[in-house]
Amino acid sequence: MLWRISRRLLAIAAIVVLGGLTSATLVRFAPGFATDEQQLDPRLSAESLQALHQSHESEKKVFLFYAAYLNRAWHGDLGISRSLNRPVSSLLRDRFPVTLRLVAMGLALGWLIALSFALTSALARVTAYRFFAIALSGALLCIPAAVLALLSVVLNTPGYLAIALLVFPKVFAYSRSLLERAYSSPHIVTARAKGLGRLRILCWHVFPVVAPSLVALAGVSVSMAIGAAIPIEALCGVAGVGDLAWQAALARDLPLLVNITILVTVATLLSNSGADVVGHALRAQES
Amino acid sequence: MMRRVSCLSSCIVLVVGLASAQSGSELRFCLRNEPKTFNPLLVEDDASETVRYLTGGVLIRSNRQTQKLEPELALSWKLSKDGRGITFQLRKGVFFSDGTPFSADDVAYTVKQMMDPALHSPTGDAFRSGTGPVNTQALAPDRIAITFSAPVAGLDQLFDQVAILSAHSPIKEKAVLGPFVVADYKPGSSLLLKRNSNYWKTDSQGHKLPYLDAIRLDIQPNRDIEVLRFKRGELDLINSLDSEYFDRLSSSSPNLVHDAGPSLDSEQMWFNQVGKAPIPNYKRSWFRSTNFRRAISLAINRDDLSRVVFNAHARPAIGPISTANKFWFNQELKADLYNQQAALAKLQLDGFRLQNGTLRDVNGNAVEFSIITNSGNKYRERMAVLIQQDLQKLGIKVNVVTLDFPSLIERISQSFNYEAAILGLTNVDIDPNAQMNVWLSSSENHQWNPQEKTPETEWEAEIDKLMREQASSSDPKKRKRAFDRVQQVVAEQAPFIYLVNRNALSAVSNSVQGASPVILRPQTYWNIERLTVTAEVAKRP
Amino acid sequence: MSATRKLACGILLVVVITALGATWIAPADYATQFREAPSAPPSRHHLLGTDEIGRDRFSRMLYGTRISLLLAPTAALLSTVMAALIGAVAGYLGGFWERLAMGITDLFLSLPWLFLLITVRALLPLNVSPLLSMLVTFLMLGFLGWAASARVLCAAARSLRHSGLLLQARALGLHGARLFAIHVVPTLKPILLAQFWISIPVFILSEANLGILGLGVAEPLPSWGSLLKELEGLTSLGDQPWKLAPLLLLIVVVTSFQVVLSSEEVPA
Repeated sequence: MLWRISRRLLAIAAIVVLGGLTSATLVRFAPGFATDEQQLDPRLSAESLQALHQSHESEKKVFLFYAAYLNRAWHGDLGISRSLNRPVSSLLRDRFPVTLRLVAMGLALGWLIALSFALTSALARVTAYRFFAIALSGALLCIPAAVLALLSVVLNTPGYLAIALLVFPKVFAYSRSLLERAYSSPHIVTARAKGLGRLRILCWHVFPVVAPSLVALAGVSVSMAIGAAIPIEALCGVAGVGDLAWQAALARDLPLLVNITILVTVATLLSNSGADVVGHALRAQES
Repeated sequence: MMRRVSCLSSCIVLVVGLASAQSGSELRFCLRNEPKTFNPLLVEDDASETVRYLTGGVLIRSNRQTQKLEPELALSWKLSKDGRGITFQLRKGVFFSDGTPFSADDVAYTVKQMMDPALHSPTGDAFRSGTGPVNTQALAPDRIAITFSAPVAGLDQLFDQVAILSAHSPIKEKAVLGPFVVADYKPGSSLLLKRNSNYWKTDSQGHKLPYLDAIRLDIQPNRDIEVLRFKRGELDLINSLDSEYFDRLSSSSPNLVHDAGPSLDSEQMWFNQVGKAPIPNYKRSWFRSTNFRRAISLAINRDDLSRVVFNAHARPAIGPISTANKFWFNQELKADLYNQQAALAKLQLDGFRLQNGTLRDVNGNAVEFSIITNSGNKYRERMAVLIQQDLQKLGIKVNVVTLDFPSLIERISQSFNYEAAILGLTNVDIDPNAQMNVWLSSSENHQWNPQEKTPETEWEAEIDKLMREQASSSDPKKRKRAFDRVQQVVAEQAPFIYLVNRNALSAVSNSVQGASPVILRPQTYWNIERLTVTAEVAKRP
Repeated sequence: MSATRKLACGILLVVVITALGATWIAPADYATQFREAPSAPPSRHHLLGTDEIGRDRFSRMLYGTRISLLLAPTAALLSTVMAALIGAVAGYLGGFWERLAMGITDLFLSLPWLFLLITVRALLPLNVSPLLSMLVTFLMLGFLGWAASARVLCAAARSLRHSGLLLQARALGLHGARLFAIHVVPTLKPILLAQFWISIPVFILSEANLGILGLGVAEPLPSWGSLLKELEGLTSLGDQPWKLAPLLLLIVVVTSFQVVLSSEEVPA
């Protein structure tokens, strides 16, 4: 057991480090790296422009940059954001709780709506209701995130509602498929025929079958919600990590991007690992 | 008796009205981005510039309405005959926001800091006409002489951008001389500026300025949301309004929007003439041909660009200087009128021929090129599409490629892997010397062919000579003659194809008193110390 | 086939035929600019009005449908196949392969692929044809869009590994790839179909957002994504509700896809 946990933690650490390096490499070799809008300022002298170009030198050798970054990060120094001129640690400290709140509430609400619709859709014998649920989730999938974000501002609703509406259709689609598949399996038909109640069927026969997949979906939906947070925060003016990520991407802010990637990787790994652990426990219980 | 009561009541109402109009309250508007710095010497982005304007005290202020220089912290000034020096007579009895007294030492300190080569101050670079150090001499506590190593064109005008720092204050650049001081900053969210109680200026009745108690700057990159909040009354002004929002606001509240006419900014297109650019030689020869560039200019319908893209809130551009810049604009110049026939005739001079609806060069290559511009700027994207259609009539195939800004900068300044580009130039300064690094052929910002070792054409050599001439002269008439000739050469050779000058559009709520939008930045709050908001807004949460 | 399914098939057929016949049905070319009538309301000449530079919106919607309807499902199919190959196979095999695949998947979910897309754009010549640019865009989306559903498929396949169904099939002599193809994949079909029909609108919208990188459809070629970007001027929609037409069409098509592809099994 201990060996398993240690192996898992080591794997997580390796993936996090690899994620940071891959991210640094992607940014370093993407066009536009080491450029600055200031270059287009006609007031700047040749020396100032030269200094501007030189300031990116330390980031050009990506392995050296990353090794130095890891060394500093080990001592708590996450570097300085080029685009915002502030320590990355203070930026993340200020913004992380905002995004955490937004994503957590958005996810919770999205799951609540999705599962409600998926369950009732799977249970209901009314075609019109199933069609309505499908149409609603399809409609929400088609609305651009920017539009949902703007609607949220226009209607003065909280940002997490927009995230919930972005997460809901994807979670609904998968969970509806899983539930409908489970409900159509022979042992459920048998259970119904033998007079078992709906609640009992759901709790004792359907849920154990779909739970592992739903738990996996839950882990993955964290990534979906983080992805959804980026346009929502950027457009709703929420000062969170998503907004920071977008600004950093447009500015090719390497120190900030590496840190944000590591943060997102940790969040993804923790959520998916947690889902794996729970899924494993559920399977063990079932067997 | 009744008459006395009603008279008294009227007086009370008048006094209360005046008091509430001048009672202060809070002005609210948006910044499009986070300010990158609060150090006024390192300002290079719009948001930081806004903060500098609102908090910084300057020696000379360019009145944005009259475009004339006015004394601020300097009571008077004298330029030396050789254009290298300036002597200021400073105001007495002025204090920084933290109570530190203002004196010539502070001016000397600011100038030395600004000109420190290690600081790379964009403000300082504007003064850097020579390589030697700057000399400051405090002749008295309220008198200072500053001498540069070489003549600086428009020297007095440049001090409008120099916010004076305190040499002695323990809180360094946080101590300011302007009407407001930074009170609270919520990164990513908002910035609160509070009234500087030590501000030196008073109005004609002796009341201390500014009238406002505070300014709240919300960080809001999205223009839709900015307009929405303005309509809801959550914002008091929009300093720079897009044309489509102008029309939308105008239809419901025409008295809230202001079109001050053509601004100093321009949108232009240019072709890549860099020798080492990774483009086919035959294309390079097209782009280096004056006839080709002039033909393209003639083939572009600028009236349509102004009318369709900017909803008539723009004017066809003529050259590097906007018609709004009355002194520096060369009145002899006229815009290239849309004329497809004339365009084709110019192309035929270089051997181009129209064959089955496709324009081909003398070697039979079909004329096709790409135009890059920055994505997210819908006006530039639309202009590119209109130009694509205009040039299609000449048999030219244009591919429009929108790129994110860093990728675009990389192509136009490092890899030179592009064919044509559309970008804009934001002119903060009316003096064309600010464009020196655009016109000097050796400069990195000489967009169509940067960092030439020697001028590759005669006309570029002429421009180099003329720009150096106007930079080293202190005679405005001589400078004007030189720069008029630069504009003439640019019109003839078309290294830049100037498209439009956008109008300066803004929106100001009825609650704001004293606003008078102009074309120079900052359009709406240039007289911030005299603006007020009404008492109704004062009750806003 | 149920009546709903027949209706959905009919709708899709009408949309496809109309899109293919855009050249004959559209009142104007998608690139023609009626510069005297920018942002015009609907009229006899322009059924859905014109866009900001005077192009007929109805014509652009027809031509855009043709492109998006062809490429988005292709990309969705690609991402579904990749999710199945990586996620389902990993769950089926279990052990080291599952751990490796899921580790790669988690890494994939975290990385800023924006920069890969920017690099791809940089590698393409500037004068690439709009169609090629679109094709590359959707292929990239297909290659990058598999990770989330791979995890779900892995979990579902893992559950099946020790199920009675597979036990019986093994007892009957089925193993390896045959067992996977005949018994695992069909059981995972509902999840695969969910992945497929979710991906279609997601990719269409992503294509529009990729315009910021120079990928996506190049002007003047229209796509649903570029038409939907008009909705971002939300505050004007009250005055110009006809701008919602492409969104409504997309919703109808996506819903029809889902109805056609979803199972008709009646729940217990």
